[in-house]
Amino acid sequence: MRGYVARKVLGAAGTLLFVMLFNFVLFRVMPGSPVDTIARNQRLSPGEIQALIADFGLDRPLPEQVPGYLWDTVRGNLGVSYTSGRSVVSVLAERVWPTVVLVLPATIISVSVGVWLGIHAGWRRGSGTDAGSVGASLVLYSTPEGWLGMMLLVVFGVWLGVFPLGGYSSSPPPEGAAYVADVMTHAFLPVVTLALAYIGEYVLIMRSSMVEVTHEEFLTTARAKGLTDRDVRRRHAVPNALLPIVTLIFYSFGFVLGGAVVIESIFNWPGLGLLTFQAIDNQDFPVIQGVFLLSSFLVIAFNLAADLSYGYIDPRVHER
Amino acid sequence: MAAGSELVREGIPRSARAAARVRRRRAFSAFRRDYRRSRMGMIGVGILVVTLAVALLAPVLTDQRETQEAFATGPVLAPPSSAYPLGTDLYGRSVLTLTIWGARVSLLVGFAATAIAASIGTSVGVTGGYVGGRTDGILNAVANWFLVIPWIPLAIALASILGPTLLNVIIVIGITSWASTARLVRAQTLSVKQSPFVERSRALGGSEWHLATRHVLPNLVPVILANTVLAIALAILSETTLSLLGLGDPSSISWGTMIYEAFIAGAISGGQWWWLLPPGLAIVLVVLAFTMCGYALEEILNPRLRARSDR
Repeated sequence: MRGYVARKVLGAAGTLLFVMLFNFVLFRVMPGSPVDTIARNQRLSPGEIQALIADFGLDRPLPEQVPGYLWDTVRGNLGVSYTSGRSVVSVLAERVWPTVVLVLPATIISVSVGVWLGIHAGWRRGSGTDAGSVGASLVLYSTPEGWLGMMLLVVFGVWLGVFPLGGYSSSPPPEGAAYVADVMTHAFLPVVTLALAYIGEYVLIMRSSMVEVTHEEFLTTARAKGLTDRDVRRRHAVPNALLPIVTLIFYSFGFVLGGAVVIESIFNWPGLGLLTFQAIDNQDFPVIQGVFLLSSFLVIAFNLAADLSYGYIDPRVHER
Repeated sequence: MAAGSELVREGIPRSARAAARVRRRRAFSAFRRDYRRSRMGMIGVGILVVTLAVALLAPVLTDQRETQEAFATGPVLAPPSSAYPLGTDLYGRSVLTLTIWGARVSLLVGFAATAIAASIGTSVGVTGGYVGGRTDGILNAVANWFLVIPWIPLAIALASILGPTLLNVIIVIGITSWASTARLVRAQTLSVKQSPFVERSRALGGSEWHLATRHVLPNLVPVILANTVLAIALAILSETTLSLLGLGDPSSISWGTMIYEAFIAGAISGGQWWWLLPPGLAIVLVVLAFTMCGYALEEILNPRLRARSDR
């Protein structure tokens, strides 16, 4: 077990190092190097441009820049945003909470509903429930989430007028309990959109995991013992079918930041996603780099958590 | 060899190559029979044939000049009417005309990006799986890295550096989405490499090149085919995502850039649903069609899935 953990942690550290080097190469060697983009920025004076270039160490040869860059990144010095002039880390930090408010409920909803539907579809394979959930999941999977959000906005925001057209809260924001209700009203449509965007994947994977389990001999044994169909499903089939799903949930936590980019841009939700959208628009490369590094870090961290939890839940894994 | 030539009779193929040809023709007609039985696959093919026809016939069905803002003749932001069945956009262009022309770019991106991803993925997967050793270790690490890295931030970083042109959109999607193909192809290569018929051919003196191109590669085709069809669906969705973030090519009309334009122009608060609905529905329909075809292919061509459904 200890060897398994060490191997996984080392692997994650290696991937992280590769991410940082990739980020270095990407933004320095590619056309549109930082020097060009800094110099192109008309908001900065020539003196400020020189200072920024020296600050990043961009005036030195590339190989010499690598150790300094790595050390800066590890310390959390990701540079300065071109548009606001503030450090990238502080710009990122103030956008984390709104994204969590959006992504956490959306993940909880899509996982619980998706897994529930998947269990019942897989258990009654070929039934109406099965065909319905698979069909709906495929359609949801094929729907661009940003467009789905727009259509929900047109229907519920413009036609029915029941939800606001975007933003985090009304302005001026109400006080106390009314503020929480206000934020929840604003969060409703983006959370539903995100949840719908992810639900299909959970249904399909849970269903196929369930179908796989229904062929297992231990279910025949359970039935032979005289258990009811419901007990066979709940006590024997579901726990085994859930194994791969646990990993998937951890895994998808790392990816939600990416999904939030589009949804936050559509709903004008002031989280990391909208920050990214604005950074693209302003060619604010330090912020884009920061988002890339942060989301890669999240994915690697959650992947490690998934691997470790899997090793814990299923002892067969680390014996391989 | 002399003993072999005595066996040549009528109806029996003269050479190994001819034998292979006959075998493949038979396999293909069996495959066609199986595919026709799949309702999901046939619906998918039906939708795709219609979409492809519309995309190819775009110059016949409509006047390309109508897609240019300067030549737009219709009223501004008009809801659907008999003259403009899907209404018009901010510049007075027919949304129907735009949607028809958008099919070309969206499908082009889907096919071209997938072609890039499939070639990289197949070469990496075959090389790694066949050569093995350190080469395999390195290639596998790179592929795993691409699998781990979140797609949207990576694509944003690449696309914002390269700049918004159609070619760059294709390149970005192509080079960010090959890793799953590589992994699949590598696994399949490993299993084919160890199969008895490869061993037999090696025992008969087949060279490595002969083994790789005549035995391993042909046996990878089914797996790659199903995977590629599914990848086209993903690539079209990816193009939409990039376009919605403003990273698409503003000068070429795709379904994604149409939605982005409508969004930027305030079609949501203006309630101009006819501008938003058609391109989005077109994406859903086409992606769904590719996905259905992909699943149908997978079920027929993947021997593992087939064995399971027979049980």
